[in-house]
Amino acid sequence: MTSLIKVWELPGGIHPPEHKDQSLQLPLGRVPLPPVLVIPLNQHMGTPAQPVVQVGERVLAGQLIGAADGTFSANTHASTSGTVIAIEERAIPHPSGMNSESVVIEPDGKDEWIELTPCEDYRSLDRLTLLDKIRAAGVAGLGGAGFPTAVKLAPKSTQVIDTLILNGAECEPYITADDMLMQVRAAELVAGTLLLSHILHHPKNLLIGIEDNKPKAIAAVKAAVAGAAVTDPEAANIQVVVFPTKYPSGGAKQLTQILTGREIPSGHHSADIGVICVNVGTAVAAWRAVRFGEPLVSRVTTMVGDALATQRNVDVLLGTPISYLLTQHGFNANNASRVVMGGPMMGFTLLDLAAPVIKTTNCILAPSKQELPEPTPAQACIRCGICAEVCPASLLPQQLFWYAQAEDFDRLESHNLFDCIECGACSYVCPSTIPLVQYYRAAKGSIRLHEIEKEKSDRSRQRFEFRQERIAKEEAEKEAKRVARQKAAEEAKKKLAEKAAETAAAPVSSADPISAAAVKVSATQATPDEQKAKLERLVAAAKNTLEFQQKPLVPNKTNPVISEEQLVKQQVRIKQAELKLAEAEQKLADFITGLGTTPAAAASAAAAPIAAEPAVDMNDPVAAAIARAQAKLTMSPEDKARANLESLRGRLAKAEEKVAAAKADGSANLDALQQGAEKLQQKIAEALAELSALGIEDKPAPVAAPATEPAAPEPVSAEQSAAQAAIEKAKAKAAALANMSDDEKRAEQIQSLQTRLTKARERLAKAEAENDANIEAFRAGVTKLEEKLQELA
Amino acid sequence: MALLNITSPHTHGANRTGRLMRLVVYATIPGIVALTHFFGIGVLINVLLASLSCIAFEALVMKLRARPIMFYLRDCSALVTGVLIGVSLPPYCPWWLVISASFVAIVLAKQLYGGMGFNPFNPAMVAYVLLLISFPVQMTQWATPLPMLADGQTAPSLVAALDKIFFSIPIDGYSSATVLDVMKQNSGLTLDDLYQQQPVFVEGRWAGAGWEWVNIAFLLGGIYLLYKKVFTWHAPISMLLALVVMSALFYDSGSSNSGGSPTYHLLSGATMLGAFFIVTDPVSSAVSTRGRIVYGALIGVLIYVIRAWGTSYPDGVGFAVLLMNFAAPFIDYYTTPRTYGHKKPRRATDASTQDGGH
Repeated sequence: MTSLIKVWELPGGIHPPEHKDQSLQLPLGRVPLPPVLVIPLNQHMGTPAQPVVQVGERVLAGQLIGAADGTFSANTHASTSGTVIAIEERAIPHPSGMNSESVVIEPDGKDEWIELTPCEDYRSLDRLTLLDKIRAAGVAGLGGAGFPTAVKLAPKSTQVIDTLILNGAECEPYITADDMLMQVRAAELVAGTLLLSHILHHPKNLLIGIEDNKPKAIAAVKAAVAGAAVTDPEAANIQVVVFPTKYPSGGAKQLTQILTGREIPSGHHSADIGVICVNVGTAVAAWRAVRFGEPLVSRVTTMVGDALATQRNVDVLLGTPISYLLTQHGFNANNASRVVMGGPMMGFTLLDLAAPVIKTTNCILAPSKQELPEPTPAQACIRCGICAEVCPASLLPQQLFWYAQAEDFDRLESHNLFDCIECGACSYVCPSTIPLVQYYRAAKGSIRLHEIEKEKSDRSRQRFEFRQERIAKEEAEKEAKRVARQKAAEEAKKKLAEKAAETAAAPVSSADPISAAAVKVSATQATPDEQKAKLERLVAAAKNTLEFQQKPLVPNKTNPVISEEQLVKQQVRIKQAELKLAEAEQKLADFITGLGTTPAAAASAAAAPIAAEPAVDMNDPVAAAIARAQAKLTMSPEDKARANLESLRGRLAKAEEKVAAAKADGSANLDALQQGAEKLQQKIAEALAELSALGIEDKPAPVAAPATEPAAPEPVSAEQSAAQAAIEKAKAKAAALANMSDDEKRAEQIQSLQTRLTKARERLAKAEAENDANIEAFRAGVTKLEEKLQELA
Repeated sequence: MALLNITSPHTHGANRTGRLMRLVVYATIPGIVALTHFFGIGVLINVLLASLSCIAFEALVMKLRARPIMFYLRDCSALVTGVLIGVSLPPYCPWWLVISASFVAIVLAKQLYGGMGFNPFNPAMVAYVLLLISFPVQMTQWATPLPMLADGQTAPSLVAALDKIFFSIPIDGYSSATVLDVMKQNSGLTLDDLYQQQPVFVEGRWAGAGWEWVNIAFLLGGIYLLYKKVFTWHAPISMLLALVVMSALFYDSGSSNSGGSPTYHLLSGATMLGAFFIVTDPVSSAVSTRGRIVYGALIGVLIYVIRAWGTSYPDGVGFAVLLMNFAAPFIDYYTTPRTYGHKKPRRATDASTQDGGH
């Protein structure tokens, strides 16, 4: 029985005022039936249950009203008999203050039960049947987490369980629900322990861990164990382990450490180290589920806090609104600082008092304003390290706080943020009253969100890359097809040209632009047969597309679920394909009906160029080309020259603008632009000369060197301007040279120097022949170039 | 009734930063009493002047930063800095020395870094060291301790002290070499001879007249703080142990090369003040318990190194603490504790997802 098991030391921990006496003065009480019961469908950890009753249906106590949705879920039962008056979203006790689907029952006061199937000897049943019974009864962890008990009691075959721990630590201040339960239901607790032991293949160690501040409970449980040992030899194995009171020894990880010295590895379950830890209340519920077939419809809850007139433990039906419970206990709303579900260390503030009692409601704490005043404003962290001393997980809370403020997620991870159990010991001792746990919760939330988003973006990146690859492949295929088509077209053109040459050899002369244009146009136009074939192909392709789009969507690896959106998209694609098909068919039909008219018109246009002019259809390329050619032909040479001059002037003005802009920007293209401008000037001069040859004086004098180009001399002679151009060219080259490799540069330079040298020599010879005034300059240039070339070579 | 969404924990311990700081101030009282006893009223004037100016500078900066002044003054950290400056500076030093020390500590070393909790260096030590380097003469003129005064001579009166501090009117024979100076300048004498010849040792019992009692007084204050759990034993005890180990290793059986006995080192200079009031400053020290052991030990070693082998400064507490303030993040990196459920400590920069993650 009680044995000398070693109790290990819990690192850190705190000793907050216990406040446990006030709720233990009165015996376990009951409250009258509330006018309405609100039974949420997710009172447990995991998937919410699915409602299996209808509004208006009469239900009996213990009747299933919400069926577990999958393994990781729990059944929900009616707590008393009555009528279902609504199945709707109602406030539930949750830190976020969220609503959840709940079955609302109006009790009829009869408390009629469904027929229960008791079981006298559970040892005669196999374990799976026992687990089924527990699952059917909707038993979930009553300690606070609400973990489905049947899941917990079915460890993997690789997990060999050698220790079963019954958690009666109840380390949080104020809460006495488990204490009371152990006092009044000690025998059931022992029976439950033996039941769980049976289900878990009789682990070697059966430990009931109780903090030493619960002497009555310890005595009761010890007595019960002794009593059970008389009839059941296995009960003698149960050890009631009493250990020093210290918060948070009741955490599953901490209790495991205290009783076994083993730590649950980070990110693992306790079953991985052979330990299963179950709350004492859960064990009793499991026992009642098996022994009496009784579903979990009530629990022991502590009603405590100075804002209540009566402080005690009550056995309360699940679904009882908390506001009703508070009223029953003389709640003084004016003096209450808040209402908390759970204890002062880890409980959460209830945002809506209409929320009901659920399976995890171990305590309703209604403190007065003096008892738990509003938190004082936080001061700066002085890194005193007291938080690190009390942390049961041996974290460095002040560092976590630092990085949480900075949102440095990497550092938070490396400081093991996710091993924080949020017990609140650090916040409790913080001399600067920093709400540390709040920072950790927020940081955990952001990290989880961050990870989800990262996963999402990874997935979409993969999708994107895949798509790019596909598009590239399609493009390559298209390009290949295009090249093939081009070849075919060229061949056809050649053939056509040959044909045309044969048929119209005599009338077509190169001087006649009209007929040349006509030939050109008709050459690019395919023969009617070819056109028809093309349109037919288009129709076929459109049909293919439509068929492909009409295929039903099939889920695959990258896209496991077909979403509504995808279906809509497919519909759109099908519509598009249909439209395309219709268009293609229309085109084909038009072509077939209009076959023969178009070529005929073209032929007539070609035959009677001038007469047909007013009737030219500008949409017809043949006709348009003919019209353009005609316009050119009808122009007098004078007009032509004028037009030419005008356009040249326009171009020059533009070029000069560009030069100015380039100068302003210091662009590298300056030289090239200047050269262009000069060339245009030359052309203008030529055009003027042409005009004057035609006997016409153009009023504006030829524009001299652009004003924006002071360096350039007036084009005195053609040679000089050409020399200027050469110099500019060399400059441009030098700029281009900057980008080349050294060897390349040298080769390039040598080559250019050589060409320049030859040119310069030619110039010199010419100048010598003509006795040019600049002969000396030319000579100097040649010698310079020769020197340079030698330098490089 | 408005239900506030206050998150857990809803309850809070009685500990407050202001309370911790006040306890530190109380714990300096034995030391201040001893200093005043041996060196006269100048000590009290220093402490008063430094405390007031520190609080004034703090209030000024808070005003400039548009922060609630009283909220920040209530944490008493400026008062602690002021008191520590007061006891570190030599009594009867010029008033401007004290004011500039306060300015350096509060404005430069603390508020410019972001104020309370953000200063990488101990403000009082920054002030002390900066002034020691800038004004070596004024900073090393320590008053003669009471036992060494000539017969009939007493500690300076309040008027003489104020004259000296505010108007630089000299006091005859008020200063003398400290024990550390004597030890530092010793060459050729064995420790035994030194203890017999030098009046500063002759008048003392273990480590020099006056100073040994001052250190014992600060030790008492430190024990009080340990008892009150203002800090843990790790940093101060490891610093003292390191100092003992170093002085024992290089004791050289009391020859003329000896750096002094462990007792001498424990009870001279600023050893106890440093161990319990400077090294324990949480803001600028390492964070984990292991880290604080390393941090304290390294300071202890450095103090001995500077005292025994340094060339110009007799005491090394200020320098040693500042150097280790520098090293604190580095120490933190290598001294992270092993978290529950982890096989070994994780480095502060190890961002890999370990043990299955979450």
